[in-house]
Amino acid sequence: MSQAAILSVEAVTMRFGGLTAVNAVSFAAERGAITAIIGPNGAGKTTLFNCITGFYRPSEGAITLHHEGRDTALHRLAGHKIARAGVARTFQNIRLFQGMTALENLLVAQHNRLMAATGFGIGAVLGLSRYPAAERDAIDRARHWLEMTALLDRADDPAGSLPYGAQRRLEIARAMCTEPALLCLDEPAAGLNPRESEALSALLRSIRDGGCSLLLIEHDMSVVMGISDRIVVLDHGAKIADAAPAVIRADARVIAAYLGEGDEE
Amino acid sequence: MAYALQQLINGISLGMIYGLIAVGYTMVYGIIGMINFAHGDVFMIGAFTALITIVLLLSGGMMEGPGAILLVLLVSMSVTALYGWTVERLAYRPLRGSFRLAPLISAIGMSILLQNYVQVSQGARVKPLEPIVRGGFEVMREGGFVVQLSTIQIMIVSITLSVLAVFTWLVTRTPLGRAMRACEQDRKMAALLGVDTDRTISLTFVIGAALAAVAGSLYLIRYGVIDFYIGFLVGVKAFTAAVLGGIGSLPGAVLGGLLIGLIETFWSAYFSVQYKDVAAFAVLVMVLIFMPTGLLGRQEVEKV
Repeated sequence: MSQAAILSVEAVTMRFGGLTAVNAVSFAAERGAITAIIGPNGAGKTTLFNCITGFYRPSEGAITLHHEGRDTALHRLAGHKIARAGVARTFQNIRLFQGMTALENLLVAQHNRLMAATGFGIGAVLGLSRYPAAERDAIDRARHWLEMTALLDRADDPAGSLPYGAQRRLEIARAMCTEPALLCLDEPAAGLNPRESEALSALLRSIRDGGCSLLLIEHDMSVVMGISDRIVVLDHGAKIADAAPAVIRADARVIAAYLGEGDEE
Repeated sequence: MAYALQQLINGISLGMIYGLIAVGYTMVYGIIGMINFAHGDVFMIGAFTALITIVLLLSGGMMEGPGAILLVLLVSMSVTALYGWTVERLAYRPLRGSFRLAPLISAIGMSILLQNYVQVSQGARVKPLEPIVRGGFEVMREGGFVVQLSTIQIMIVSITLSVLAVFTWLVTRTPLGRAMRACEQDRKMAALLGVDTDRTISLTFVIGAALAAVAGSLYLIRYGVIDFYIGFLVGVKAFTAAVLGGIGSLPGAVLGGLLIGLIETFWSAYFSVQYKDVAAFAVLVMVLIFMPTGLLGRQEVEKV
């Protein structure tokens, strides 16, 4: 794989019993770019995503993160180690800690750094002096992302009481607080109105320009075509196209997959 | 009036002990959704560790003053915390992701194991301890009845309140507490954010066991008699307290503990001592029938 790739997915297959949800899919996500995965419903997008973020262990194939000069085999890591390797994700159905405040949600995402600074909790109990500084840093980082997502004035509200669009943004802010090298977004524009979608596109671009690579699943074509540097198209679990947005728009197979090619579903 | 006041004092100090144990039940339930039936026996281990430490200190002639009691508490908390950690590591963690009843059965097994282990190693006879904290105050006198507030009762209340204050700070203000609350709400998501959920669960057991050790030590010093079987009854009552307060709710556990302590004490005072356990368990039955979420519990929301 090229030097420029942050993530390489090689011949990943995921079977559930007799059903092959993802069939030998390979692609690379470029460093510092936005890569989108699109495809009709049931094409295997979310399954592939779950493999990349450690929810599923792929039946076959390899998923490698190239970060800080190291190659990490994501398909072999336990959940919390994937985050530590530098991958963060958001969910199609929002999974915030509803009962905690927006700020606390962002602090949980910085748990590792805080725990390391406090001697894994023991220091915090003993009130070591390094802890307040680490906590201040964590709060500063959280404030930065609250500001980026226009949530600063809601910092102390329970996450569950925020409006839908705000919860979506908070989930992105929380993922960014883990300081990921690769941010994976599962339908970030779902349920947003056009104005919110536009703000989302701007936010995602600024995250990319800040040096984080993005991988997203999205149905909203205006968002996908507007921000993606590269688009991977899946259909029935297999990759049918992998190119720049302008090329995808004109690809006959993609159009056929979306519009149906006379084959009865 | 004086009699009732005395019962109130007794009930509160007993309720504090139940509250400390109930916190352990409710915390573990909150984070992994199981009832740790071995928790009562962890309390018993705490009482025995305190007894051994006190006997050692007495034989060295060093059982003097509040420093010695603090030392007893610290030794008991550390040793019992180690037991709590081991129980989770051996009996529950391997069963995580197994069907829901598996860790429950394993917990009952662990409870029997701990009881028998103490019975074999410490003997089956009741262990008496001479009173090591004496004295008290006369609160009021009415007719021939003297209302006593003993030093040990003051000690129980003040130690419990300070331990609970530290514990509350730990849960609400520290990264560990945040991680515990995050795991409680969505364990998988917490892991995806880099929280080591296994370690967080381990620490939950360690903290619960340390609180139970405080309860065990205070119980020993207050009542002066323990045996390998005390964990069962006290444990079930503390569990009742946790359910009454609303399982999963930390303030609920303390509130439930106080109520069970008061109910039991007042029942013994005005009705019959023999039936005090019946009173406590009747409460459990009533709560389960009429108010399954308890006083401060959350409505269980079905996840779709």
